[in-house]
Amino acid sequence: MKLDLILRIGTKLILPFILLFALYVQFHGDFGPGGGFQAGVITAAMVILLAITFGIDAAQRIAPPWLVSRMVPVGVLIYAGTGVLGLLLGKNFLDYSVLLHDPVHGRELGIFMVEAGVLITVSGTMTSLFYAFAERGR
Amino acid sequence: MTAVQPHLPVLQVVIPLLGALLAGLLRRGTSGFALALAVSWLMPLIAVALLCQVLTGGPISYHLGGWPPPWGIEYRVDALNGFVLVLVSTIGAVGMPFSYRSVALELEPRQQAWFYCMYLLCLTGLLGITVTGDAFNAFVFLEISSLSTYVMIALGRDRRALLSSYQYLIMGTIGATFYIIGVGFIYLLTGSLNMVDISARLGAAWASQPSAVIAALAFVTVGLSLKLALFPLHVWLPNAYAYAPSFTTVFLSATATKVTIYLLIRYYFTIFGVSIDFRALPITEVIVVLSLAAMFIASLVAVFEQNVKRMLAYSSVAQIGYITLGIGLADQAGLTGGLVHIVNHALMKAALFMSMGAVFYRVGTVNLKDLAGIGRKMPITMAAFTVAGFGLIGTPGTSGFISKWYLALGAFERGWWWLVFLIVASSLIAVVYVGRVLEVAWRREPSPAIAEASDPPLTMLVPIVLLAAATVYFGFFTEWTAGVAGTVAKTLIGGLK
Repeated sequence: MKLDLILRIGTKLILPFILLFALYVQFHGDFGPGGGFQAGVITAAMVILLAITFGIDAAQRIAPPWLVSRMVPVGVLIYAGTGVLGLLLGKNFLDYSVLLHDPVHGRELGIFMVEAGVLITVSGTMTSLFYAFAERGR
Repeated sequence: MTAVQPHLPVLQVVIPLLGALLAGLLRRGTSGFALALAVSWLMPLIAVALLCQVLTGGPISYHLGGWPPPWGIEYRVDALNGFVLVLVSTIGAVGMPFSYRSVALELEPRQQAWFYCMYLLCLTGLLGITVTGDAFNAFVFLEISSLSTYVMIALGRDRRALLSSYQYLIMGTIGATFYIIGVGFIYLLTGSLNMVDISARLGAAWASQPSAVIAALAFVTVGLSLKLALFPLHVWLPNAYAYAPSFTTVFLSATATKVTIYLLIRYYFTIFGVSIDFRALPITEVIVVLSLAAMFIASLVAVFEQNVKRMLAYSSVAQIGYITLGIGLADQAGLTGGLVHIVNHALMKAALFMSMGAVFYRVGTVNLKDLAGIGRKMPITMAAFTVAGFGLIGTPGTSGFISKWYLALGAFERGWWWLVFLIVASSLIAVVYVGRVLEVAWRREPSPAIAEASDPPLTMLVPIVLLAAATVYFGFFTEWTAGVAGTVAKTLIGGLK
């Protein structure tokens, strides 16, 4: 661990920017290429980079396995819950137009919540897969 | 009730989905079971309400997100899929109590909540395939049900379960890929993914580009045949059923292949059949020959099988042959026979696999040589096995007879005497493989290995007896099986070009 100074400092420098880029891709998904799936993968890549450079224990301090494995259903639950919200407000399942006073804003909010759910599930799934492989034989 | 009623088609899918997600958050097998039980018992209520509404008021259309078809995803319930919805949800509801002790015995504690999560996901997928009116949405649900199925099989205690799950994963993925290529062709030809819309537009495509339509038909047929284990694409099925946990086998054998058969019927009779004259294509010949091969070859393999679960799995391949035979015949009686056998076979095969699950629960093995005299130790379980076994043979007084009667009638309508003879001949092979088990179970002296065995607890025994009773009941009262199937068949054949 003493020899790879450049790698460790480089990783520390780049980590926040990876997360920032993930959030950019997430919120930019409304207007252009991007969205929850891509952002989720980038977020997971941040955790994986941390694990490769500093070891899996360091990664599991910021993304503990119990949290990661719960993120998988929680994200889909947010997605489906947004759909059920439309149902409870008297419209069809996944109809977001009733979420706010005005249909256009309601749909925007609906997509925002759905994409947040996708981000949580995808980053959780990717990280879980990585942990499952990395922890084999430990 | 009135506020909920318009949303029943989507609730049929959303409730098990939410259940699966909540089960994924649970850590204890018991709470996972309670959740799965609540969801499973709610499902038949919705399905029956839908079927009643459809039978009196015609098809129901539900627009997801409020986007009208053909742009948005449409859930469309008519008599055909209402019928399948009732079947799948009922099997889930009846089988669920059985799962509690079976899963507790066969799975490690930390896997149990996940198992119920996967079961609910699989239920979501199967009900979704049935209820959707969108070709691509059907693919998504096909994948949801398949992926959860792979997990449910791989959780089997036997290490071979992992290999069979992997084998199924490869075969299933190829099947799904073929299906989606077929849907891609359809989309290129018609510009639509909505099933009703496709059926309206495919006729024009058939006139201009017939070979592309045939390619689409071929890809969809092969892809779905892999999933429904039509001979010779069945090689994944025997191992998957034999080494999976007992409840997985019960649930899959009764629902997964049946739902895929439904999808094939949907494509043949309401999408391709209404825009293409099938008599111009050798579809009947191909399907009838493959069905006959399944009925004979798979039954013969079953005769020589030592593991009873594997034997029943091969028998499933043969019984799927009867169903596809009805599809191939495509006349009123033949199709009724095929449709009614979907239900009858699901009920009797669930009873058979469940009684073997109960035997495994007590004895820890389902190899024929270890089961000598098991009938004297577990009389109620094996009596149910015997009744359902007679159903498999097609003895008069059981539901299996009704199915075969209609199939034979369908063959008569075509004037195919030889086919009637072959249906009877293949049933005689079933006499041999069911008879082998019955002989060992009832006529041999109990071996010391099973001296401790007795009938399983009531949570397992009641579902087994219920399903066996259904096999007899539907052998006499056929209003809700053959009656509804006849109505459905009439509509389907009436729509054919």
